[in-house]
Amino acid sequence: MKHSFLDQYSDRDSPLHRLDPRSKLVATLAFIIAVVLTPVDSWPAYGMYLVLLAVLIVLSRVPPLYILRRSLVIVPFVLLVAVLIPFFKGGEVAGSYNIGMWHISVSQSGLQIFWNILARAWLSIISLSILAATTRFASLLEGLERLRFPRVLVMLLSFMYRYIFILTDEVMRMKQARDSRSFGGKWRWQIKTVGNMVGTLFLRSYERGERVYAAMVARGFDGHSRTLERLRFGRRDALFAAGLSLALVAINLFNLLY
Amino acid sequence: MEELITVKNLSFSYPDGQQALIDVNLAIYRGESLALIGPNGAGKSTLLLHLNGILRSNGAVSLLGSPIDESNLKWARSRVGLVFQNPDDQLFSPTVFDDVAFGPINMGLSDGQVRQAVTRALGLVGMSGYEKRSPHHLSFGEKKRIALATVLSMSPEILVIDEPTSNLDPRGKWSFIGVLERMAGTKIIVTHDLELVGALCRRVVILDQGRVVADGGTGDILADKRLLAAHGLAPDGASLKLKRRG
Ligand SMILES: Nc1ncnc2c1ncn2[C@@H]1O[C@H](COP(=O)(O)OP(=O)(O)O)[C@@H](O)[C@H]1O
Ligand SMILES: [Mg+2]
Repeated sequence: MKHSFLDQYSDRDSPLHRLDPRSKLVATLAFIIAVVLTPVDSWPAYGMYLVLLAVLIVLSRVPPLYILRRSLVIVPFVLLVAVLIPFFKGGEVAGSYNIGMWHISVSQSGLQIFWNILARAWLSIISLSILAATTRFASLLEGLERLRFPRVLVMLLSFMYRYIFILTDEVMRMKQARDSRSFGGKWRWQIKTVGNMVGTLFLRSYERGERVYAAMVARGFDGHSRTLERLRFGRRDALFAAGLSLALVAINLFNLLY
Repeated sequence: MEELITVKNLSFSYPDGQQALIDVNLAIYRGESLALIGPNGAGKSTLLLHLNGILRSNGAVSLLGSPIDESNLKWARSRVGLVFQNPDDQLFSPTVFDDVAFGPINMGLSDGQVRQAVTRALGLVGMSGYEKRSPHHLSFGEKKRIALATVLSMSPEILVIDEPTSNLDPRGKWSFIGVLERMAGTKIIVTHDLELVGALCRRVVILDQGRVVADGGTGDILADKRLLAAHGLAPDGASLKLKRRG
Protein backbone atom coordinates (compact mmCIF):
# COMPACT_ATOMS: atom_id res chain seq x y z
CA MET A 1 0.00 0.00 0.00
CA LYS A 2 1.09 3.56 -0.61
CA HIS A 3 1.07 6.11 2.15
CA SER A 4 2.11 9.71 2.15
CA PHE A 5 0.66 11.09 5.32
CA LEU A 6 3.89 12.23 6.86
CA ASP A 7 5.78 14.40 4.45
CA GLN A 8 3.39 15.02 1.59
CA TYR A 9 4.55 17.73 -0.86
CA SER A 10 8.08 17.54 0.55
CA ASP A 11 9.42 16.23 -2.76
CA ARG A 12 8.29 19.31 -4.69
CA ASP A 13 10.52 22.19 -5.62
CA SER A 14 10.45 25.75 -4.31
CA PRO A 15 12.85 28.22 -2.73
CA LEU A 16 11.86 26.84 0.66
CA HIS A 17 12.33 23.23 -0.41
CA ARG A 18 15.83 24.02 -1.58
CA LEU A 19 17.00 25.41 1.77
CA ASP A 20 19.29 23.46 4.02
CA PRO A 21 17.14 21.53 6.53
CA ARG A 22 19.20 22.99 9.35
CA SER A 23 18.23 26.55 8.52
CA LYS A 24 14.57 25.50 8.36
CA LEU A 25 14.75 23.65 11.65
CA VAL A 26 16.40 26.54 13.45
CA ALA A 27 14.05 29.03 11.84
CA THR A 28 11.01 27.05 12.95
CA LEU A 29 12.37 26.82 16.46
CA ALA A 30 13.11 30.56 16.52
CA PHE A 31 9.63 31.30 15.25
CA ILE A 32 7.99 29.17 17.92
CA ILE A 33 10.10 30.72 20.68
CA ALA A 34 9.24 34.22 19.44
CA VAL A 35 5.54 33.36 19.38
CA VAL A 36 5.63 31.92 22.86
CA LEU A 37 7.50 34.92 24.27
CA THR A 38 5.21 37.51 22.72
CA PRO A 39 3.08 39.16 25.44
CA VAL A 40 -0.51 38.05 25.79
CA ASP A 41 -2.10 41.35 24.83
CA SER A 42 -0.13 42.22 21.71
CA TRP A 43 -2.56 41.01 19.11
CA PRO A 44 -1.02 43.00 16.23
CA ALA A 45 2.13 40.92 16.66
CA TYR A 46 0.15 37.73 16.36
CA GLY A 47 -1.47 39.11 13.22
CA MET A 48 1.93 39.77 11.74
CA TYR A 49 3.16 36.29 12.60
CA LEU A 50 0.25 35.01 10.59
CA VAL A 51 1.17 37.26 7.68
CA LEU A 52 4.75 36.00 7.87
CA LEU A 53 3.54 32.42 7.72
CA ALA A 54 1.28 33.25 4.79
CA VAL A 55 4.26 34.64 2.91
CA LEU A 56 6.23 31.46 3.62
CA ILE A 57 3.34 29.29 2.42
CA VAL A 58 3.17 31.23 -0.83
CA LEU A 59 6.94 30.85 -1.26
CA SER A 60 6.70 27.12 -0.59
CA ARG A 61 4.04 26.53 -3.30
CA VAL A 62 2.29 24.07 -1.01
CA PRO A 63 -1.53 24.35 -1.24
CA PRO A 64 -2.55 26.65 1.67
CA LEU A 65 -5.63 24.51 2.32
CA TYR A 66 -3.43 21.49 2.97
CA ILE A 67 -1.45 23.40 5.61
CA LEU A 68 -4.67 24.72 7.11
CA ARG A 69 -6.21 21.28 7.32
CA ARG A 70 -3.12 19.85 8.97
CA SER A 71 -2.88 22.69 11.44
CA LEU A 72 -6.47 22.21 12.60
CA VAL A 73 -5.63 18.76 13.89
CA ILE A 74 -4.10 20.32 16.97
CA VAL A 75 -7.10 22.43 17.94
CA PRO A 76 -9.09 19.79 19.86
CA PHE A 77 -6.08 19.00 22.03
CA VAL A 78 -5.47 22.64 22.85
CA LEU A 79 -9.16 23.11 23.62
CA LEU A 80 -9.07 20.20 25.98
CA VAL A 81 -6.19 21.70 27.92
CA ALA A 82 -7.17 25.36 27.79
CA VAL A 83 -10.94 25.33 28.08
CA LEU A 84 -10.96 25.41 31.86
CA ILE A 85 -8.67 28.40 32.22
CA PRO A 86 -11.37 31.11 31.87
CA PHE A 87 -13.27 29.54 34.73
CA PHE A 88 -10.42 29.43 37.20
CA LYS A 89 -8.46 32.55 36.47
CA GLY A 90 -9.36 35.35 38.86
CA GLY A 91 -9.93 38.97 37.81
CA GLU A 92 -12.54 41.07 36.11
CA VAL A 93 -15.63 38.97 35.48
CA ALA A 94 -16.77 38.66 31.88
CA GLY A 95 -19.91 36.72 32.63
CA SER A 96 -21.34 34.48 35.30
CA TYR A 97 -23.83 31.69 35.21
CA ASN A 98 -25.79 29.65 37.67
CA ILE A 99 -25.92 25.99 36.84
CA GLY A 100 -27.93 24.16 39.43
CA MET A 101 -26.37 24.87 42.78
CA TRP A 102 -23.05 26.04 41.27
CA HIS A 103 -22.14 29.58 40.57
CA ILE A 104 -19.70 29.81 37.67
CA SER A 105 -17.97 32.93 36.49
CA VAL A 106 -15.73 33.53 33.52
CA SER A 107 -12.96 36.07 33.96
CA GLN A 108 -11.84 38.55 31.35
CA SER A 109 -8.15 37.79 31.71
CA GLY A 110 -8.90 34.07 31.74
CA LEU A 111 -10.65 34.39 28.40
CA GLN A 112 -7.75 36.34 26.99
CA ILE A 113 -5.29 33.67 28.06
CA PHE A 114 -7.50 31.04 26.51
CA TRP A 115 -7.55 32.75 23.11
CA ASN A 116 -3.87 33.39 23.44
CA ILE A 117 -2.98 29.78 24.04
CA LEU A 118 -5.09 28.78 21.09
CA ALA A 119 -3.41 31.35 18.84
CA ARG A 120 0.10 30.41 19.92
CA ALA A 121 -0.51 26.72 19.43
CA TRP A 122 -2.07 27.27 16.04
CA LEU A 123 0.76 29.52 14.79
CA SER A 124 3.35 27.05 16.00
CA ILE A 125 1.66 24.11 14.37
CA ILE A 126 1.36 25.98 11.08
CA SER A 127 5.08 26.66 11.13
CA LEU A 128 5.75 23.00 11.82
CA SER A 129 3.42 21.98 9.00
CA ILE A 130 5.32 24.23 6.61
CA LEU A 131 8.56 22.65 7.75
CA ALA A 132 7.21 19.14 7.20
CA ALA A 133 5.73 19.99 3.81
CA THR A 134 8.95 21.51 2.48
CA THR A 135 11.53 19.09 3.86
CA ARG A 136 11.89 15.40 3.18
CA PHE A 137 11.84 13.40 6.35
CA ALA A 138 15.28 12.02 5.57
CA SER A 139 16.75 15.53 5.25
CA LEU A 140 15.02 16.54 8.43
CA LEU A 141 16.74 13.70 10.23
CA GLU A 142 20.04 14.63 8.64
CA GLY A 143 19.55 18.22 9.77
CA LEU A 144 18.78 17.13 13.31
CA GLU A 145 21.87 15.00 13.35
CA ARG A 146 24.11 17.81 12.12
CA LEU A 147 22.62 20.06 14.78
CA ARG A 148 23.94 17.60 17.37
CA PHE A 149 20.55 16.23 18.23
CA PRO A 150 21.24 12.97 20.15
CA ARG A 151 22.00 10.13 17.73
CA VAL A 152 19.77 7.68 19.54
CA LEU A 153 16.77 9.93 19.06
CA VAL A 154 17.53 10.50 15.39
CA MET A 155 17.80 6.75 14.86
CA LEU A 156 14.58 6.20 16.74
CA LEU A 157 12.78 8.71 14.54
CA SER A 158 14.27 7.18 11.45
CA PHE A 159 13.05 3.70 12.35
CA MET A 160 9.64 5.08 13.21
CA TYR A 161 9.45 6.77 9.83
CA ARG A 162 10.60 3.65 8.01
CA TYR A 163 8.33 1.15 9.74
CA ILE A 164 5.19 3.12 10.49
CA PHE A 165 3.90 2.30 7.00
CA ILE A 166 4.78 -1.36 7.25
CA LEU A 167 3.05 -1.64 10.61
CA THR A 168 0.05 0.21 9.21
CA ASP A 169 -0.13 -2.32 6.40
CA GLU A 170 0.15 -5.12 8.88
CA VAL A 171 -2.72 -3.74 10.93
CA MET A 172 -4.83 -3.34 7.78
CA ARG A 173 -4.18 -6.93 6.77
CA MET A 174 -5.04 -8.20 10.23
CA LYS A 175 -8.22 -6.17 10.17
CA GLN A 176 -9.18 -7.56 6.76
CA ALA A 177 -8.48 -11.09 7.88
CA ARG A 178 -10.64 -10.55 10.94
CA ASP A 179 -13.50 -8.89 9.08
CA SER A 180 -13.54 -11.48 6.34
CA ARG A 181 -14.33 -14.03 9.01
CA SER A 182 -17.29 -11.81 9.93
CA PHE A 183 -16.20 -10.03 13.02
CA GLY A 184 -19.09 -9.24 15.31
CA GLY A 185 -20.95 -10.80 18.19
CA LYS A 186 -20.88 -9.84 21.82
CA TRP A 187 -18.81 -6.81 22.71
CA ARG A 188 -16.83 -8.79 25.24
CA TRP A 189 -15.75 -11.16 22.55
CA GLN A 190 -14.97 -8.24 20.24
CA ILE A 191 -12.73 -6.70 22.87
CA LYS A 192 -10.96 -9.98 23.31
CA THR A 193 -10.36 -10.23 19.57
CA VAL A 194 -8.93 -6.74 19.41
CA GLY A 195 -6.76 -7.55 22.42
CA ASN A 196 -5.38 -10.60 20.64
CA MET A 197 -4.67 -8.54 17.56
CA VAL A 198 -2.73 -5.97 19.56
CA GLY A 199 -0.74 -8.79 21.16
CA THR A 200 0.03 -10.30 17.77
CA LEU A 201 1.09 -6.92 16.45
CA PHE A 202 3.52 -6.43 19.33
CA LEU A 203 4.95 -9.89 18.88
CA ARG A 204 5.41 -9.42 15.14
CA SER A 205 7.01 -6.04 15.64
CA TYR A 206 9.38 -7.49 18.17
CA GLU A 207 10.37 -10.29 15.83
CA ARG A 208 10.82 -7.83 13.00
CA GLY A 209 13.03 -5.77 15.28
CA GLU A 210 15.26 -8.78 15.75
CA ARG A 211 15.49 -9.41 12.02
CA VAL A 212 16.22 -5.77 11.26
CA TYR A 213 18.95 -5.77 13.88
CA ALA A 214 20.46 -8.89 12.31
CA ALA A 215 20.41 -7.14 8.94
CA MET A 216 22.23 -4.16 10.45
CA VAL A 217 24.80 -6.33 12.17
CA ALA A 218 25.36 -8.24 8.94
CA ARG A 219 26.54 -5.00 7.37
CA GLY A 220 29.04 -4.23 10.07
CA PHE A 221 26.87 -2.25 12.51
CA ASP A 222 28.60 -2.10 15.89
CA GLY A 223 26.31 0.21 17.84
CA HIS A 224 27.72 3.47 16.49
CA SER A 225 25.76 5.17 13.81
CA ARG A 226 27.79 7.09 11.30
CA THR A 227 26.64 9.19 8.39
CA LEU A 228 28.08 11.15 5.54
CA GLU A 229 28.39 14.90 5.52
CA ARG A 230 26.07 15.88 2.72
CA LEU A 231 24.45 19.16 3.70
CA ARG A 232 25.61 22.49 2.42
CA PHE A 233 24.78 25.68 4.20
CA GLY A 234 24.82 28.20 1.36
CA ARG A 235 24.23 31.88 0.70
CA ARG A 236 20.52 31.34 0.31
CA ASP A 237 20.38 29.78 3.77
CA ALA A 238 22.21 32.68 5.34
CA LEU A 239 19.82 35.04 3.58
CA PHE A 240 16.79 33.14 4.79
CA ALA A 241 18.05 32.92 8.36
CA ALA A 242 18.92 36.61 8.47
CA GLY A 243 15.63 37.64 6.87
CA LEU A 244 13.50 35.57 9.18
CA SER A 245 15.25 36.57 12.37
CA LEU A 246 15.02 40.24 11.37
CA ALA A 247 11.32 39.81 10.71
CA LEU A 248 10.81 38.21 14.11
CA VAL A 249 12.75 40.98 15.86
CA ALA A 250 10.87 43.65 13.92
CA ILE A 251 7.52 42.18 14.89
CA ASN A 252 8.49 42.29 18.55
CA LEU A 253 9.96 45.81 18.34
CA PHE A 254 6.84 47.07 16.62
CA ASN A 255 5.05 45.64 19.58
CA LEU A 256 7.04 47.86 21.93
CA LEU A 257 6.18 50.98 19.95
CA TYR A 258 2.56 50.13 19.82
CA MET B 1 40.09 -24.90 -6.01
CA GLU B 2 40.47 -22.59 -3.06
CA GLU B 3 38.18 -23.21 -0.13
CA LEU B 4 36.46 -19.99 0.91
CA ILE B 5 34.15 -21.22 3.65
CA THR B 6 34.51 -24.39 5.66
CA VAL B 7 31.76 -25.60 7.94
CA LYS B 8 32.91 -28.41 10.25
CA ASN B 9 30.60 -30.42 12.50
CA LEU B 10 28.27 -27.52 13.03
CA SER B 11 25.38 -28.18 15.40
CA PHE B 12 23.15 -25.43 16.65
CA SER B 13 20.04 -25.11 18.78
CA TYR B 14 18.08 -21.95 19.47
CA PRO B 15 17.80 -20.77 23.08
CA ASP B 16 14.30 -22.22 23.27
CA GLY B 17 15.75 -25.69 22.68
CA GLN B 18 14.78 -25.99 19.02
CA GLN B 19 17.55 -28.02 17.35
CA ALA B 20 18.05 -26.28 14.00
CA LEU B 21 21.36 -27.73 12.71
CA ILE B 22 22.87 -31.15 13.36
CA ASP B 23 26.47 -31.95 12.48
CA VAL B 24 26.60 -29.97 9.25
CA ASN B 25 29.73 -30.26 7.11
CA LEU B 26 30.16 -28.14 4.03
CA ALA B 27 32.95 -26.64 1.93
CA ILE B 28 32.39 -23.73 -0.39
CA TYR B 29 34.92 -23.00 -3.10
CA ARG B 30 35.90 -19.78 -4.79
CA GLY B 31 33.85 -18.89 -7.83
CA GLU B 32 31.16 -21.51 -7.48
CA SER B 33 27.47 -20.89 -7.26
CA LEU B 34 25.77 -23.22 -4.87
CA ALA B 35 22.10 -23.77 -4.23
CA LEU B 36 20.99 -24.66 -0.75
CA ILE B 37 17.55 -26.19 -0.93
CA GLY B 38 15.25 -27.87 1.54
CA PRO B 39 11.72 -27.71 2.92
CA ASN B 40 10.49 -24.98 5.27
CA GLY B 41 12.08 -25.18 8.69
CA ALA B 42 15.00 -27.27 7.42
CA GLY B 43 17.53 -24.87 8.94
CA LYS B 44 18.65 -23.07 5.79
CA SER B 45 18.34 -19.56 7.18
CA THR B 46 19.99 -20.65 10.41
CA LEU B 47 22.96 -21.98 8.43
CA LEU B 48 23.25 -18.70 6.51
CA LEU B 49 23.34 -16.72 9.73
CA HIS B 50 26.39 -18.76 10.72
CA LEU B 51 28.27 -17.92 7.53
CA ASN B 52 29.05 -14.35 8.59
CA GLY B 53 29.02 -14.84 12.31
CA ILE B 54 25.61 -13.47 13.27
CA LEU B 55 25.12 -16.82 14.96
CA ARG B 56 28.26 -18.49 16.22
CA SER B 57 29.06 -21.95 17.49
CA ASN B 58 32.69 -21.85 18.53
CA GLY B 59 35.00 -22.33 15.61
CA ALA B 60 32.73 -24.48 13.45
CA VAL B 61 32.80 -22.01 10.56
CA SER B 62 36.02 -20.82 8.97
CA LEU B 63 36.42 -18.11 6.38
CA LEU B 64 39.54 -18.30 4.18
CA GLY B 65 41.10 -20.60 6.75
CA SER B 66 40.47 -18.51 9.87
CA PRO B 67 37.70 -19.52 12.25
CA ILE B 68 35.10 -16.75 12.66
CA ASP B 69 35.18 -15.35 16.20
CA GLU B 70 34.87 -12.04 18.06
CA SER B 71 38.24 -10.80 16.83
CA ASN B 72 37.56 -11.01 13.09
CA LEU B 73 33.82 -10.51 13.06
CA LYS B 74 33.89 -7.22 11.23
CA TRP B 75 36.17 -8.54 8.54
CA ALA B 76 34.00 -11.64 8.13
CA ARG B 77 30.90 -9.52 7.68
CA SER B 78 32.47 -7.39 5.00
CA ARG B 79 33.68 -10.49 3.12
CA VAL B 80 30.41 -12.43 3.31
CA GLY B 81 27.46 -10.36 2.07
CA LEU B 82 24.20 -11.66 3.44
CA VAL B 83 20.93 -10.68 1.75
CA PHE B 84 17.91 -11.39 3.93
CA GLN B 85 14.73 -12.88 2.61
CA ASN B 86 12.41 -9.99 3.41
CA PRO B 87 13.62 -6.70 1.89
CA ASP B 88 11.60 -4.77 4.46
CA ASP B 89 13.92 -6.17 7.12
CA GLN B 90 17.00 -5.40 5.07
CA LEU B 91 16.02 -1.85 4.14
CA PHE B 92 15.71 0.12 7.35
CA SER B 93 16.88 3.60 6.32
CA PRO B 94 14.81 6.56 5.24
CA THR B 95 16.35 6.64 1.77
CA VAL B 96 17.83 4.16 -0.70
CA PHE B 97 21.15 5.99 -0.59
CA ASP B 98 21.39 5.69 3.19
CA ASP B 99 20.67 2.00 3.03
CA VAL B 100 23.17 1.19 0.30
CA ALA B 101 25.76 3.38 2.03
CA PHE B 102 25.24 1.78 5.43
CA GLY B 103 27.69 -1.11 4.95
CA PRO B 104 30.49 0.93 3.34
CA ILE B 105 30.20 3.61 6.05
CA ASN B 106 30.47 0.96 8.75
CA MET B 107 33.52 -0.45 6.99
CA GLY B 108 35.15 2.94 7.52
CA LEU B 109 35.44 4.03 3.88
CA SER B 110 35.93 7.71 3.10
CA ASP B 111 32.99 9.82 1.91
CA GLY B 112 34.15 9.71 -1.68
CA GLN B 113 34.62 5.94 -1.62
CA VAL B 114 31.19 5.47 -0.06
CA ARG B 115 29.56 7.49 -2.81
CA GLN B 116 31.43 5.52 -5.45
CA ALA B 117 30.43 2.21 -3.88
CA VAL B 118 26.77 3.25 -3.78
CA THR B 119 26.74 4.34 -7.40
CA ARG B 120 28.44 1.14 -8.51
CA ALA B 121 26.14 -1.14 -6.50
CA LEU B 122 22.97 0.55 -7.74
CA GLY B 123 24.30 0.29 -11.28
CA LEU B 124 24.93 -3.44 -10.87
CA VAL B 125 21.31 -4.11 -9.92
CA GLY B 126 19.95 -1.72 -12.55
CA MET B 127 18.64 0.84 -10.08
CA SER B 128 20.77 3.91 -10.81
CA GLY B 129 19.00 7.14 -9.97
CA TYR B 130 16.98 5.69 -7.10
CA GLU B 131 19.24 7.20 -4.42
CA LYS B 132 16.73 9.66 -3.01
CA ARG B 133 13.67 7.42 -3.01
CA SER B 134 12.35 6.03 0.23
CA PRO B 135 11.88 2.27 0.46
CA HIS B 136 8.16 2.45 1.12
CA HIS B 137 7.62 4.00 -2.29
CA LEU B 138 9.28 1.09 -4.10
CA SER B 139 7.69 -2.01 -5.59
CA PHE B 140 8.54 -5.38 -4.09
CA GLY B 141 10.83 -6.26 -7.00
CA GLU B 142 12.63 -2.93 -6.68
CA LYS B 143 13.07 -3.47 -2.96
CA LYS B 144 14.62 -6.88 -3.67
CA ARG B 145 17.15 -5.28 -6.01
CA ILE B 146 18.01 -2.51 -3.56
CA ALA B 147 18.41 -5.11 -0.80
CA LEU B 148 20.96 -6.85 -3.01
CA ALA B 149 22.69 -3.52 -3.67
CA THR B 150 23.04 -2.84 0.06
CA VAL B 151 25.32 -5.85 0.22
CA LEU B 152 27.07 -5.42 -3.13
CA SER B 153 28.22 -1.96 -2.04
CA MET B 154 30.55 -3.68 0.44
CA SER B 155 32.15 -5.62 -2.45
CA PRO B 156 31.88 -8.93 -0.64
CA GLU B 157 33.83 -11.96 -1.76
CA ILE B 158 30.84 -14.23 -1.24
CA LEU B 159 27.23 -13.39 -1.85
CA VAL B 160 24.74 -15.24 0.33
CA ILE B 161 21.10 -14.78 -0.62
CA ASP B 162 18.07 -16.09 1.25
CA GLU B 163 15.14 -16.95 -1.04
CA PRO B 164 15.79 -14.34 -3.73
CA THR B 165 12.69 -15.09 -5.78
CA SER B 166 10.06 -15.67 -3.10
CA ASN B 167 6.99 -13.45 -3.56
CA LEU B 168 8.14 -12.22 -6.97
CA ASP B 169 5.89 -12.61 -9.99
CA PRO B 170 7.39 -14.53 -12.94
CA ARG B 171 8.61 -11.42 -14.71
CA GLY B 172 10.16 -10.03 -11.54
CA LYS B 173 11.66 -13.41 -10.82
CA TRP B 174 13.35 -13.85 -14.18
CA SER B 175 14.68 -10.32 -14.28
CA PHE B 176 16.10 -10.83 -10.77
CA ILE B 177 17.67 -14.10 -11.88
CA GLY B 178 19.19 -12.11 -14.75
CA VAL B 179 20.73 -9.69 -12.28
CA LEU B 180 22.20 -12.55 -10.24
CA GLU B 181 23.51 -14.23 -13.35
CA ARG B 182 25.52 -11.15 -14.30
CA MET B 183 27.04 -11.03 -10.82
CA ALA B 184 30.59 -12.42 -10.80
CA GLY B 185 32.02 -14.17 -7.75
CA THR B 186 30.97 -16.85 -5.33
CA LYS B 187 27.27 -17.24 -4.63
CA ILE B 188 25.24 -19.23 -2.15
CA ILE B 189 21.54 -19.15 -2.89
CA VAL B 190 18.86 -20.51 -0.60
CA THR B 191 15.65 -21.30 -2.44
CA HIS B 192 12.72 -23.62 -3.06
CA ASP B 193 12.68 -22.59 -6.66
CA LEU B 194 14.09 -25.40 -8.78
CA GLU B 195 13.88 -23.28 -11.94
CA LEU B 196 16.20 -20.79 -10.29
CA VAL B 197 18.54 -23.60 -9.26
CA GLY B 198 18.65 -24.92 -12.81
CA ALA B 199 19.34 -21.47 -14.22
CA LEU B 200 22.04 -20.33 -11.82
CA CYS B 201 23.74 -23.11 -9.88
CA ARG B 202 26.23 -25.84 -10.68
CA ARG B 203 26.07 -27.53 -7.30
CA VAL B 204 23.16 -28.32 -4.99
CA VAL B 205 23.08 -29.08 -1.28
CA ILE B 206 19.89 -30.40 0.28
CA LEU B 207 19.23 -29.67 3.92
CA ASP B 208 16.41 -31.40 5.79
CA GLN B 209 15.67 -31.34 9.50
CA GLY B 210 19.00 -29.70 10.22
CA ARG B 211 21.13 -32.24 8.34
CA VAL B 212 22.85 -32.19 4.95
CA VAL B 213 21.18 -35.06 3.12
CA ALA B 214 22.61 -34.56 -0.35
CA ASP B 215 25.48 -32.66 -1.99
CA GLY B 216 26.16 -32.94 -5.69
CA GLY B 217 25.95 -31.58 -9.23
CA THR B 218 22.76 -29.77 -10.19
CA GLY B 219 22.04 -32.08 -13.11
CA ASP B 220 22.23 -35.23 -10.99
CA ILE B 221 20.21 -33.91 -8.09
CA LEU B 222 17.45 -32.28 -10.09
CA ALA B 223 17.10 -35.50 -12.11
CA ASP B 224 16.67 -37.58 -8.95
CA LYS B 225 12.91 -37.16 -8.48
CA ARG B 226 12.88 -39.71 -5.67
CA LEU B 227 15.40 -37.77 -3.64
CA LEU B 228 13.57 -34.50 -4.23
CA ALA B 229 10.22 -36.04 -3.32
CA ALA B 230 11.63 -37.60 -0.16
CA HIS B 231 12.54 -34.12 1.08
CA GLY B 232 9.39 -32.37 0.06
CA LEU B 233 10.92 -30.55 -2.90
CA ALA B 234 8.90 -32.26 -5.63
CA PRO B 235 5.48 -33.92 -5.67
CA ASP B 236 5.78 -37.47 -4.33
CA GLY B 237 4.71 -40.58 -6.25
CA ALA B 238 1.24 -40.82 -4.75
CA SER B 239 0.15 -37.33 -5.64
CA LEU B 240 1.70 -37.67 -9.10
CA LYS B 241 -0.38 -40.76 -9.77
CA LEU B 242 -3.48 -38.97 -8.58
CA LYS B 243 -2.81 -36.21 -11.09
CA ARG B 244 -2.31 -38.63 -13.95
CA ARG B 245 -5.53 -40.44 -13.25
CA GLY B 246 -7.45 -37.16 -12.95
N1 LIG C 1 14.71 -17.24 16.36
C1 LIG C 1 14.35 -18.53 16.49
N2 LIG C 1 14.08 -19.05 17.71
C2 LIG C 1 13.74 -20.33 17.86
N3 LIG C 1 13.62 -21.22 16.87
C3 LIG C 1 13.87 -20.78 15.62
C4 LIG C 1 14.23 -19.42 15.36
N4 LIG C 1 14.41 -19.25 14.03
C5 LIG C 1 14.16 -20.47 13.47
N5 LIG C 1 13.83 -21.40 14.42
C6 LIG C 1 13.53 -22.82 14.20
O1 LIG C 1 14.68 -23.44 13.67
C7 LIG C 1 14.34 -24.33 12.64
C8 LIG C 1 15.03 -23.93 11.36
O2 LIG C 1 14.54 -22.68 10.95
P1 LIG C 1 15.08 -21.91 9.66
O3 LIG C 1 16.55 -21.93 9.69
O4 LIG C 1 14.41 -20.59 9.64
O5 LIG C 1 14.53 -22.82 8.47
P2 LIG C 1 14.41 -22.52 6.91
O6 LIG C 1 15.07 -21.22 6.64
O7 LIG C 1 15.07 -23.68 6.26
O8 LIG C 1 12.95 -22.49 6.57
C9 LIG C 1 12.82 -24.29 12.53
O9 LIG C 1 12.32 -25.39 13.26
C10 LIG C 1 12.45 -23.00 13.17
O10 LIG C 1 11.19 -23.10 13.79
MG1 LIG D 1 14.29 -19.42 5.84
